[in-house]
Amino acid sequence: MGAGHAHKLYRRASSPVHALPPHTKLAATFAFVVVVVSTPREAMWAFGMYAVLLGVVAGLARVPFGFLLKRLLIEVPFVAFAVLLPFVAEGERVEVAGISLSVSGLWGAWNVLAKGTLGVAASVLLAATTELRELLLGLQRLKLPPLLVQIASFMIRYGDVITDEMRRMRIARESRGFEARGLRHWGVLAKSAGALFIRSYERGERVHLAMVSRGYAGVMPVIDEVTASRAQWSYALALPCAALIVCLLGWML
Amino acid sequence: MDAVTEASLEVSGLAFAYPDGHQALFGVDFRIERGERVALLGPNGAGKTTLVLHLNGILDGGTGSVRVAGLPVDRAHMAEIRRKVGIVFQDPDDQLFMPTVREDVAFGPAAAGLKGAELQARVERALERVGMAEFQDRPPHHLSFGQRRRVAVATVLAMEPEILVLDEPSSNLDPASRRELADILRSLDVTVLMVTHDLPYALELCPRSLVLSEGVIAADGKTAELLANDELMRTHRLELPFGFDPSR
Amino acid sequence: MHVPDGFINAPTSAVAGVVAAGAVAVSLRGARRELDERTAPLAGLVAAFIFAVQMLNFPVAAGTSGHLLGGALAAILVGPYTGALCISVVLLMQGLLFADGGLTALGVNITDMSIVGVAVAYVVFRALVKVLPRTRRSITAASFVAALISVPAAALAFTAFYAIGGTTDVAIGKVATAMVGVHILIGIGEAAITALTVGAVIAVRPDLVYGARDLRRPLKLRVGGELVDAPAAETPAPAARTSRRTLWISGLVTSLVLAGFVSFYASASPDGLEKVAEDKGFAASAEDHHTADSPLADYGVKDIDNARLSGGLAGVIGVGVTIVAGSAVFWAVRRRRTGEAPEASSPTNTSV
Repeated sequence: MGAGHAHKLYRRASSPVHALPPHTKLAATFAFVVVVVSTPREAMWAFGMYAVLLGVVAGLARVPFGFLLKRLLIEVPFVAFAVLLPFVAEGERVEVAGISLSVSGLWGAWNVLAKGTLGVAASVLLAATTELRELLLGLQRLKLPPLLVQIASFMIRYGDVITDEMRRMRIARESRGFEARGLRHWGVLAKSAGALFIRSYERGERVHLAMVSRGYAGVMPVIDEVTASRAQWSYALALPCAALIVCLLGWML
Repeated sequence: MDAVTEASLEVSGLAFAYPDGHQALFGVDFRIERGERVALLGPNGAGKTTLVLHLNGILDGGTGSVRVAGLPVDRAHMAEIRRKVGIVFQDPDDQLFMPTVREDVAFGPAAAGLKGAELQARVERALERVGMAEFQDRPPHHLSFGQRRRVAVATVLAMEPEILVLDEPSSNLDPASRRELADILRSLDVTVLMVTHDLPYALELCPRSLVLSEGVIAADGKTAELLANDELMRTHRLELPFGFDPSR
Repeated sequence: MHVPDGFINAPTSAVAGVVAAGAVAVSLRGARRELDERTAPLAGLVAAFIFAVQMLNFPVAAGTSGHLLGGALAAILVGPYTGALCISVVLLMQGLLFADGGLTALGVNITDMSIVGVAVAYVVFRALVKVLPRTRRSITAASFVAALISVPAAALAFTAFYAIGGTTDVAIGKVATAMVGVHILIGIGEAAITALTVGAVIAVRPDLVYGARDLRRPLKLRVGGELVDAPAAETPAPAARTSRRTLWISGLVTSLVLAGFVSFYASASPDGLEKVAEDKGFAASAEDHHTADSPLADYGVKDIDNARLSGGLAGVIGVGVTIVAGSAVFWAVRRRRTGEAPEASSPTNTSV
């Protein structure tokens, strides 16, 4: 929490992957994940290939393996879910070490784990090599509704300001000897949340005043635009294209 | 239109009540000539903020008139008025809403239609004037409070305003940032209206002061003389810091 | 409940993506109508608030704690459109920045949490507010119930997606009971926090609670100021109020008709909802009884229960779809009505 939390995933470095225009990376990541999700789960080797592809990208981007693994932890709740699947799923059963497991459940668990992990890894790589600001520009370039990008941009800009206010309120509470321990204290915490909402909303109104004062009339001026050369596009799309070949092979073999 | 003889800002007979019935201004009259630096002093609740929001037409609907460089503040001239009147709000976090310093400074001119190299030149010039040129690509929340205040001034300077209106410019600044900001303000060749509680700062920067009290201009004159007038100061709840002597 | 990649198959994810995109487009327009040119900064700040408040931990008992999801809270505080928009933006950014929720599952996540969650919460809330006496306590109570129902409703919406495009053969009844069971528990926490928070806001700035706007209307004698300064920046004059009420009623009727149509269609054709159950056949039911002792677990096996269940699911989908369609109708009618004098009503819109 606190200042700069939104940048936790970003790793400053100068690599060919960092240098790619953001919208090409966004498009490539998205296409890659779509391809992964469309791959038949029986083609186990294909997922190995995908992992290798991502490993190559990580190497090019100079993202250390340990960093990537640590970020994968976000997946843990779903790992727990996946582990349950072989027990609860239907159909034919096998005995593994004396426990009766469902075959389709095992496949399901594998499917969720493999695809989920690859998806998270791809997103982590994207976030690790793309700055926040660039991500927003990329989304704008990919023709997301401008209003949506603006809302996201304000959210990013003020996310830190508001989490910081929240932190200060916590410190103020704790300095007066309050510590939330259980259900009894929800009222106090909710009051903080309510106060935080009021502050956020009022700040929104003040920000709007500041914008209007500088000539805002409902349309954000376009100040920065990102462009990508054909070479950059083909460089970025190499990943999903390679993945697509693997996927097609997976369907045919 | 004879721009040379026009005042930078001319407010006459301005009265205003909020929709809930609370009346904040009761006939405000004053005139600020081009190039002047004027302080607007007054206790809390005197109507200072209400007055400021009238200067670029965010509030309207009362009686009286506001003219900026001869141009009336009304619907027809709103875009031009907002270019001419640059307001620096009290909390720089409210003012700096874009992801990077450069984009924030560019916001006003870009909204006015500037593009490309011209826009970039405008941004750089504004940032140089406040000594923040090397921070262009930083996000605002990575700057210190004093730096943010200076960037906030630059966002307004980039619009090349006729008049710069500052709301409590010295609040929350440490003494060094306070002095740096004063140096910057002194170096600018624009008309300045500074709304403040910080009387020494007003004395340091503004030869002339207006006292707004209970919705009217209660006094208008040389800052040093106003601050030395004990009775005036007392009636309008203005207090100098302990040990400060305005005549010195 | 952030669904990762691989949970739902590609075609269903794509359909969910289209549904989510459509709904986001509708809420963009809706939010714009509610907030005018203030949309970007206000919705952005509210999104930042939701984002921050999701990090606020509410201790439950030693060591465990829960946090707010925020769908119901957003709907009640800032209205359904802006609320749905804010939650969608939060989900988008969480997926992109924190890899929380899969990119291909974004459509599913947005549809569940920000569309169904917000819509169900708001409909329940409004219905209760209309029925209950006009007091602040009612608003708090309505918030509680709305949040309580919205969480399992979102879980059911997920179950519906799972039924259509789930990648694992788990009987849909099991998924539904597990999801709903767990989420009722989560919902209780969500409800308590939401109600307390709404109560806290109402105590200080009742004018900021979108869902409680009816409460203070009688107090106002004149709605004069239309500019941004006043906290009660309400544009519509009394004349618009009656038209809004007719709109509300006509929208409700449309929703009901559509809901009936959708559930009829859903129950008439054994579509994806029952597919899983049919695939299972007898073997599944025989297998099931000795593995699951829980009285809830054998829900999904019997045909009758399945039909009932699918009816319920269809109902939820129906509500979701109708809310979207209903809001579209709302928006269209409203727009036509206000379209006659758009310039006069927005004085600050000076073109640059």
